[in-house]
Amino acid sequence: MFTLTGIALLVTMVLALIRAIKGPTVYDRILASNAVGTKTVLMIAVLGFIVGEPDLYIDIALMYALIGFIGTVAVLKVSEFGDLGQAQSPRDGDKS
Amino acid sequence: MLIETINIVLLGMLALTALAAVRLHDLFAVTIMFGIYSLLAAVVFVVLDAVDVAFTEAAVGVGISTVLMLATIGLVGRHEQRPVHRPLLPLLVVAVTGAALVYGTLDMPFFADPAAPVHQHVVPYYLGKSPEQTGIPNVVTSILASYRGYDTLGELAVIFTAGVGVLALLGLRRRKRPSKEHPTP
Repeated sequence: MFTLTGIALLVTMVLALIRAIKGPTVYDRILASNAVGTKTVLMIAVLGFIVGEPDLYIDIALMYALIGFIGTVAVLKVSEFGDLGQAQSPRDGDKS
Repeated sequence: MLIETINIVLLGMLALTALAAVRLHDLFAVTIMFGIYSLLAAVVFVVLDAVDVAFTEAAVGVGISTVLMLATIGLVGRHEQRPVHRPLLPLLVVAVTGAALVYGTLDMPFFADPAAPVHQHVVPYYLGKSPEQTGIPNVVTSILASYRGYDTLGELAVIFTAGVGVLALLGLRRRKRPSKEHPTP
């Protein structure tokens, strides 16, 4: 059962990776990266059951879920503002 | 058997991601590929039972270094310039160096060989004594935080200094501008 789940997760990760490599727009790649992050969390949890130590691995998976969004938020912020820093871009600051 | 299959598939995906990161010219996409690479590498580390390394890889690779690379892209623009020279000579140098390194590994003990010198010196002492001497269940953590505590403290100082330097380069002082404008009018 867990074997099947693991194989399905691997197939999903490969598909998301293909989308990330081919993806014509940045948003395809962001979505693919996010999907790979989610599959990583699930993969670690399934690995815990395969190895036989679910308690430890589920803690790790939870921590991954907690830090996984940082990269996505940063990528989205740069794609929206073109800059990671502040609401004001440096050129606007120089003009004012 | 299953674990080996997972390992092979994951390593194949790692190679694919690295190749894609080299081939792409949009630096924004390359940053995203690096994030995916870190996630896959973290899973490989978990499969290898190196949980703490996987943790560091995920936190640093997906979190911090993605943010730092994106901040750099905000400063330098998101498109790669054409290289001004032919890549053949550097490729040759890298290939020769890599071949020399691979040749050098032939004399080393095989992977996970229990008779290797590195597993004979102090490792039995740490493995046997660390639970009762430090009270930490994870041996790696006990070595890092207790036996080599001053080492780790020094490493943290180095990393902190590097982080402060990078933040200074990326221009954190820009944040002050909006607050400066308020007192002037």
